[in-house]
Amino acid sequence: MHNKSVAELSRALEQGTVSSVELTRQFLDRIRCEDGKYNSFITVTEDQALADARAADEQRANGNATPWTGVPFAHKDIFCTRGVRTTCGSKMLENFVPPYDATVTANFRKAGAVCLGKTNMDEFAMGSSNESSYFGPVTNPWGAKRVPGGSSGGSAAAVAARLVPAATATDTGGSIRQPAALCGVTGLKPTYGRVSRYGMIAFASSLDQGGTMARTAEDNALMLNVMAGFDPKDSTCVDRGVPDYTATLDEPLKGLKIGLPKEYFSEQLSPAMEQQVRDAVKEYEKLGATVKEVSLPHANLAIAAYYVIAPAEASANLSRFDGVRYGYRCEDPKDLMDLYTRTRAEGFGNEVERRILVGTYALSAGYFDAYYLKAQKVRRLIQQDFINAFREVDVLMSPTSPSPAFVQGEKSTDPVTMYLEDVFTIAVNLAGVPAMSVPAGFIDGLPVGLQIIGDYFSEARLLNAAHQFQQVTDWHQREPN
Amino acid sequence: MQWDIVIGLEIHVQLATRTKIFSGSSTAYGAEPNTQANAVDLAMPGTLPVPNEQAFRYAVMFGLAVNAEIERRSVFERKNYFYPDLPKGYQTTQLARPIVGPGYVDIQLENGESKRVRIHHAHLEEDAGKSLHEDFHGMTGVDLNRAGTPLIEVVTEPDMTNAEEAVAFAKKLHGIVTSLGICDGDMSQGSMRFDVNISLKPKGSDTLGTRTETKNLNSFRFMEQAIHHEVERQMDILEDGGEIVQETRLYNGDRDESRSMRTKEEANDYRYFPCPDLLPVVLDEAFIDEARNSLPELPDARKARFMDQYGLNDYDAGLLAADARLAAFFEETAQHGEDAKLSANWILGEFSARLNAEERSVNDSPVSGIQLGALVTRIADNTISSAGAKKVFEALWEGDGSDVDTIIDAKGLKQVSDTGELEKMVDEVLAGMPDQVAQYQSEEDPKKRKKMLGGFMGPLMKASKGQGNPKLFNEILQKKLDA
Repeated sequence: MHNKSVAELSRALEQGTVSSVELTRQFLDRIRCEDGKYNSFITVTEDQALADARAADEQRANGNATPWTGVPFAHKDIFCTRGVRTTCGSKMLENFVPPYDATVTANFRKAGAVCLGKTNMDEFAMGSSNESSYFGPVTNPWGAKRVPGGSSGGSAAAVAARLVPAATATDTGGSIRQPAALCGVTGLKPTYGRVSRYGMIAFASSLDQGGTMARTAEDNALMLNVMAGFDPKDSTCVDRGVPDYTATLDEPLKGLKIGLPKEYFSEQLSPAMEQQVRDAVKEYEKLGATVKEVSLPHANLAIAAYYVIAPAEASANLSRFDGVRYGYRCEDPKDLMDLYTRTRAEGFGNEVERRILVGTYALSAGYFDAYYLKAQKVRRLIQQDFINAFREVDVLMSPTSPSPAFVQGEKSTDPVTMYLEDVFTIAVNLAGVPAMSVPAGFIDGLPVGLQIIGDYFSEARLLNAAHQFQQVTDWHQREPN
Repeated sequence: MQWDIVIGLEIHVQLATRTKIFSGSSTAYGAEPNTQANAVDLAMPGTLPVPNEQAFRYAVMFGLAVNAEIERRSVFERKNYFYPDLPKGYQTTQLARPIVGPGYVDIQLENGESKRVRIHHAHLEEDAGKSLHEDFHGMTGVDLNRAGTPLIEVVTEPDMTNAEEAVAFAKKLHGIVTSLGICDGDMSQGSMRFDVNISLKPKGSDTLGTRTETKNLNSFRFMEQAIHHEVERQMDILEDGGEIVQETRLYNGDRDESRSMRTKEEANDYRYFPCPDLLPVVLDEAFIDEARNSLPELPDARKARFMDQYGLNDYDAGLLAADARLAAFFEETAQHGEDAKLSANWILGEFSARLNAEERSVNDSPVSGIQLGALVTRIADNTISSAGAKKVFEALWEGDGSDVDTIIDAKGLKQVSDTGELEKMVDEVLAGMPDQVAQYQSEEDPKKRKKMLGGFMGPLMKASKGQGNPKLFNEILQKKLDA
């Protein structure tokens, strides 16, 4: 059963060949036996999951089930879960138990899905390797000592290792797509504003977006059906109808116009990686798509702009962790300043501290115009690049990451090298458009992801393109041993 | 040396919305600490602000009332600093794009002249919570009930030149916001708080001096005192050849002292930037028109109406019209009384004096406009004298629940207005004062005669046991003596 997709498990539950309690027990057993190797979970909520499974079985028996009723999954530990501690990968929130659900959490609860626990992540979603988690690094199921990517490394590893069929994730600069690529699973970052951010602990508010991770595009569509939609609690959430994302999966791709941004296929791209991506694009041509080269002229500015805007927003977003109301507080503060400085110095890890410092600097008097304001101007140029590109083509394709999973410790001492992991993913967040990573091959036994970028609110088209690719390839079905 | 005083004001006006500016918590004053703070107000992780439309409507109404431009697109920013009563570690406010642009207010000075004070802008923001330093044995208590209460901060140009003008402006603004119904105007509860920027420059000079800011003054009286205090402090320094330090000061009204809170060098770098959790606020014309159509009568229009409708003089009409609640009280009194001018005199005299003495607002007055109107009627129709009326007023104030006529009867205050009876008393009194009568009748100067007439009133009132109608006594006296 653990190899089955959400769609398959849903059908099995529907047909009564398995109960939710049985399924839940099986997956909980797998987590217990296997996760010692991966460390993909921070918290496993066994009792709650079994209680939810029993309730789900009852609901099915009563005949009012959704496709998710009784299906096990996991939440990235950035989504607040009422009554279950939510750490965001930080010592700061090691013992934080929110008295409320994130909107995403509440939506899955309403759909009857059974949450098995909270997955590991880089601290406050800051990182590309899951090495910044206070709860220890996550290991990529495809290679001992290999990172799973980040920040949603726990979700990606758990799905790849078949500990859950699906997991929620978030993406601020590539945090869904890069770990999905490195772990050989399928992930979707929706359009900014498509999924409510309420109860999703903020890193950089104008870039953060909740999304999906599973092995198949179809399962991503099933997840998005639950997650997408307007939420009055998030004023950046867009009030716009939500289609059934599974309804268009089977549409033919004939006539699909694919653009390859030439800036993403420069000489810096490794020949092996380029080959994998070009092979994947050939599959699309076989499916009836046409391909042309396009340009995103300001792509080379994306990382610089991102590393001003994201830390600037983070520096304010993380001010609330001050030891006054909740979360970690230092021992015996001697006065207010001591309370603030020691609480924050002891509660935050190095990468979080670095970004708070960078962001504070960028917003400071005398530097604001040169950094923050300029970065915002660059952001508008990057948005315009995508708008222009989508006048010519339907989707853009590129590698998701410059290389497959790297070895733990290899990049963690050099922040800039680590930041370059997101060279293909970051512009998407700055523009706010949706994008996916789809398994597209292997290099030296390690999975490689194809990034598919779409126009605003074109999630259905992206999922359709990914699904059709998965009908003619089996990269997404490969299992790490 | 002669100095020009330059004063600008920043006024925080708490908006009378039912709920907070970015959350659904109640804004009611006086609840148990931290019972009106939800997850958003506590800045729990992952929570997000949702703007309260009513706060925008109120801000627009304010802008229209002060002849200001309404910005069609305004932007919330984050003002970053750490303090225990600031849960998010930043205040959500407006800086570069405030909702209300430049406007003005005309104020009336005591010499009858009118003066225009320009408003630089007014912006929307959230209030912080309160830090309580007493009763916690060396620790600080934090109450977040107030955190997130909507405020508009009104910033004037430095157009005022003395305390009188500043107070007149402050009172005018108070009248405007209470008339609009967007603020309860209750200064003792912090509903309006004033920061005063003051600088001095040599008389006639075009160059502004270094200014100081005195923060958080919450009464007109403290504001006036604080301005006098700060002007003197600066004048002393300048005349001793010293320099003014740009700083923020705190004024203690009870001791008439001030101290430095922080200098410019110690000021925070607030690192403002647009709040990414809130989209720019775009107002359409329909919203602004709706606000315009909902504007109630404002103090200037009300003053003109009071002069026209009730025949009040400029000064009385101005005082009564300035405060919405006082104006409403006056109209209630005038509608239940015979004599509007007399109603105005009573409200501005006895009634206001009593309120001030007990530091009460009009709304907590124990005497209603209906009662005062009935009292005024009995003065106007000569049932009681003004001395008797004061006794009735006193009884009403102390909570005598019976109606005015019952009190008059119970206290025996009804004056004797039977002319026959009064004439008899006059005859008797005059008969007992032959010398004074003769002196009066030999006096040529009408002014002196009038004064001498008063000499008969005392004995007359005594003879009538205080119940003779003084006006009638006066008439009868004149008639008899001049005959």
